[in-house]
Parts: sequence; structure tokens; C-alpha cells
Amino acid sequence: MRIRCPFCGERDANEFAYLGDAEFKRPDPNAPDAAARFFEAVYLRDNPAGPHNELWYHTSGCRSWLRLTRDTLTHEILAVQFARGELKTGSVTAASREPG
Amino acid sequence: MRYSIFSLLRQTLSSHRGWTPAWRDAAPKQGYDVVIVGGGGHGLATAYYLAKVHGITNVAVLEKSWIGSGNAGRNTTIIRSNYLLAGNNPFYEWSMKLWEGLEQDLNYNAMVSQRGVLNLYHSDAQRDAYARRGNAMLMHGVDAELLDAEGVRRMLPFIDFENGRFPVLGGLLQRRGGTARHDAVVWGYARAASDLGVDIIQNCEVTGFLREGERIVGVETSRGTIRADKVGVAVAGSTSRVARMAGLRLPIESHVLQAFVSEAIKPFIDCVVTVGAGHFYISQSDKGGLVFGGDIDGYNSYAQRGNLPTIEHVCEGGMALMPSIGRVRMLRSWGGVMDMTMDGSPIIDRTPLDGLYLNAGWCYGGFKATPASGWCFAHLLARDAPYPVARGYRLDRFASGRLIDENGQGAQPNLH
Ligand SMILES: Cc1cc2nc3c(=O)[nH]c(=O)nc-3n(C[C@H](O)[C@H](O)[C@H](O)COP(=O)(O)OP(=O)(O)OC[C@H]3O[C@@H](n4cnc5c(N)ncnc54)[C@H](O)[C@@H]3O)c2cc1C
Ligand SMILES: [Zn+2]
Repeated sequence: MRIRCPFCGERDANEFAYLGDAEFKRPDPNAPDAAARFFEAVYLRDNPAGPHNELWYHTSGCRSWLRLTRDTLTHEILAVQFARGELKTGSVTAASREPG
Repeated sequence: MRYSIFSLLRQTLSSHRGWTPAWRDAAPKQGYDVVIVGGGGHGLATAYYLAKVHGITNVAVLEKSWIGSGNAGRNTTIIRSNYLLAGNNPFYEWSMKLWEGLEQDLNYNAMVSQRGVLNLYHSDAQRDAYARRGNAMLMHGVDAELLDAEGVRRMLPFIDFENGRFPVLGGLLQRRGGTARHDAVVWGYARAASDLGVDIIQNCEVTGFLREGERIVGVETSRGTIRADKVGVAVAGSTSRVARMAGLRLPIESHVLQAFVSEAIKPFIDCVVTVGAGHFYISQSDKGGLVFGGDIDGYNSYAQRGNLPTIEHVCEGGMALMPSIGRVRMLRSWGGVMDMTMDGSPIIDRTPLDGLYLNAGWCYGGFKATPASGWCFAHLLARDAPYPVARGYRLDRFASGRLIDENGQGAQPNLH
């Protein structure tokens, strides 16, 4: 598996550390059902067989957090972008850009 | 047909033409008392104990492929009960006790070999952690021995004790641990269950659940609708996919674990050795191949194959421990899909839906659990109450905070 980092270009997956599902949203701690919402956010996962949005960290590279869409059935990487919202303009898809 | 020295002699005299298939390849009926989804070790063991211990024989095991095609046929066959936590230890020890009587019980040679499992430690802190684990085992009535470097040297004179970064200072030994022949465990349970009247139905994929209100009353399959009073799901790495058909979201991620076997060599390693430094474990099969593995790859996967960095990492671990295996060629590598839970421990419980029961979350260590998992799941299905040693494996423990986190890693499945 090779990951096309928007900053560093295509690199061996070994350079990256995996965090997991990218859809984590921190619930409102003051909401009346906060305990239930935190349980869902911390513990429950969709765990799809197919495209999965997930966070990877380029540990041995530019140290950016990346948001990948990867097919868990084939390991094919469908899209990569910076995880930080304001950097999303730097997003690339596997097909759209040559490695930098 | 009962297997014995006499049946063997009889068959020998008739040139082995009289052997019959070990179990019936059944076609689905319209309904059963209990339907088990998944024909791996756990599903088949559950069906066997349902029939044998609880007298419930109107049971079907539905397997989408052939039995044992999943993790049961892909694992590195290590069995042990060297757990630290009170929620785990009695369960795995019950499994070990069942292993010890399994072959007589099933009348099948599962090649259970109590050759010992040795976990090496490499630092003072790790020795303390292993001493603590060993003491916990002793307090649960499980055998454990803490060895120093000399003790390890007597067992494994050929390993590299002086490794600069991870010297081998000793190990925690469970002599009753060892290995069993994984395929034979599947076939043995299938045969024994089938003899008691259980239908084993292959090429039968569950594609949905039959629901009446909040109750599950059967399954839709690639071979038609099958009704059931109770449905037990034991599909290992496919748990999230199957549970989703019932509208359940679970505290599980699917990850790939790889394993490896070398060409056959003469007897070399006569126990199971695990390295505490990185993660590497190795044993030698009766055919002579070195069977070894390490960590899961670490990302969500349903691919049943992993990537090269993990292969390299595992082999480096092996070379660091025993440089002498460096010239042995690797024969094959393969992968299986693990149902990794958020605390690294399994789930044997009812679900929010009446009639639907869950056996899941075995991570990379469910082979050793096969007998006790089947025993406890059968008890739950038959009596609607947990078997005592599996009481902690509740589905709601993640919400209530009663986690069983053997490694203390938190809700990060790829670190368990
Ligand atoms: C490489 C590797 C090494 C391992 N090493 C060890 C070890 O040394 N010691 C140890 O204790 N554990 C080990 N394990 C873990 C162990 O193999 C598993 O935890 C255990 O086998 C899981 O239970 P099972 O046998 O029932 O699973 P499986 O054999 O995977 O059974 C599940 C079955 O469900 C079927 N299924 C899935 N979806 C459906 C559906 N929709 N309809 C019908 N059927 C379905 C699958 O085809 C499969 O046959 C290892 C695993 C792997 C992959
Ligand atoms: Zn980068």
C-alpha cells in the first residue's frame, strides 16, 4: 500500500501511522444525552466493507494529518487530502496529481 | 463411525475403502430451534455443545463458504490461558481444560500438543509485569513459571540472549499451553455435532434477518429463508457486516492479521516462543515448518491479505531473536480478518433484539477460545443466561465502563 501525501508525494504506507475512522465528531459535553453520545463517538464504528474515510498521520514525513478514503476490501486508496479543514483546498485524488 | 484402533485395523484389512464422510453436508430445512451463522470453530463448537450439553439438536450451522474457510483455517494454532485480568483468565482456563479433554470428547485427533508457551521479557519493567501476570494466573489456579535467562537458555540455547537493544532476561512459561491442529478442530466439532443431528449447511450466506417487531425470527440466506427461534451470530471478522443487517452498530473494527510458514526443517523449536520486545511469535508444526506471526497490519481491512511492511517487520523480529533462521526460506504468507473490539476482549451476549445473540470480538486470539466460546455461547442460547466464566463479556460494558482491557490501550483497536 502506498499513500500519496498531498505534501510529500507517493510514499510507502510504512511512513504513516493509522488512527482510524475520520468521522469522529466530539459531542457536546453539556447536552442532556452527553454520556450516550460520547459512548457512541468513542466506541461504536460503522466499520464498512468498502470505502472508508480514515485518518493517517505522516509520521516519517511532513507530519501532516491526512484524511484518506480507502476501500477496505481491496486497500485501494480512492482519495487523499489534508485533514485540517482550511487545508482542504490542497486535496488531491489518487488520479488527479503526480507526486510532488 | 467411531474412530479407534479397531476401526483403523478393520479399514486396513479392506484397503481403506469403507471410510464414510466425517459429517453430513446438509440441505437447509424451513426452520430450526437455533440457527448459528458462521461455520468457523466457534459456530461449530456452539452447535456441538447445544446438542451435547443442552439436548438441543434441531440446530443448523450456516456457512457462506466451506467450514473453516475463515480464521479457523488461517490461525497460528496457539492455545494458552496466561491472561492477567479476572474477566479473562477463568474463561481461557476453562477453554484450556476443555482442550485437555477435547480429543476423547470428540473422538477426533485434534493434535492438541501441550508443548508450553514461553513469553520472553527484555527489561526489568517487563519482568515485573510478567511476574504480576504469572501471580494472577497462579491465584486463578493456572500454571505459571517465571524463568530467568538461565532457565530460558536450557529450553532455547540457540536464541540471541545478548541482543544489544532487547537482551533476553528471562520468560514467563505456561507449560500447559501449546498448539492444536486448527483444521482438525473444525472437522472434529463438525463431525461430533453432525452425529448428534446438527445440520451443517455450506455455501449458505446469510443476507438478512427476518424480523417481527423487535424480535428476530430467522434469516434470509442465499439458499432461501430459514426460520429460527433463536439466531446466534459467530462470524468473526464479518461481525459488523452481519450485525448491520439487523440495524446494529458495534464497538468493533475489522483488521487484517498475517501469518507465515517456512519450508520444513528438522525438529528445532519444541515450544511456542513469543517475544515481548516487538511482537513476534513462533512454533514449529509437526510437518517441520516454522509457523510465525506478529502484529496486525493496523488499518481497517476486509481483504484477507496484508501488506509488505508488516511482513518485513515480523521477519526482523524473528531475525533479532534467532538469527539462525535467517537462511530458512519463507514458504507462504496469508491473512485473516480480525474482529477487533475497543478493549481487546470478546463479546458473548444477547443483543437489543430478542432472539438475536452475539459471539464476536475475538481479535487475534480466538482460536484458543474455541471450546469455551462454544460452551458459553451454547449456554447463553439454551438458558438465556451467561455461563459464569463469560459473565464479563457483555455487549453493554462499553457503555457502562466495565471494560476488560488486558493491554490497557483504550479504545484504539489497532493497538490491542
Ligand atoms: C493469521 C491469524 C493467526 C491467528 N493466530 C491465533 C493463535 O495463534 N491463537 C489464537 O487463539 N487465535 C489466533 N487467531 C484468531 C482466531 O483464528 C480467531 O479469533 C477465531 O478463529 C475466530 O473464530 P472462528 O473460528 O469462529 O472464525 P472463522 O473461522 O472466521 O468463522 C467465521 C465464519 O463465518 C462465516 N461467515 C461470515 N459472514 C457470513 C454470512 N453472512 N453468512 C454465513 N457465514 C458467514 C465465514 O465464512 C467464516 O467461515 C489468528 C487469526 C489469524 C487470522
Ligand atoms: Zn507528507
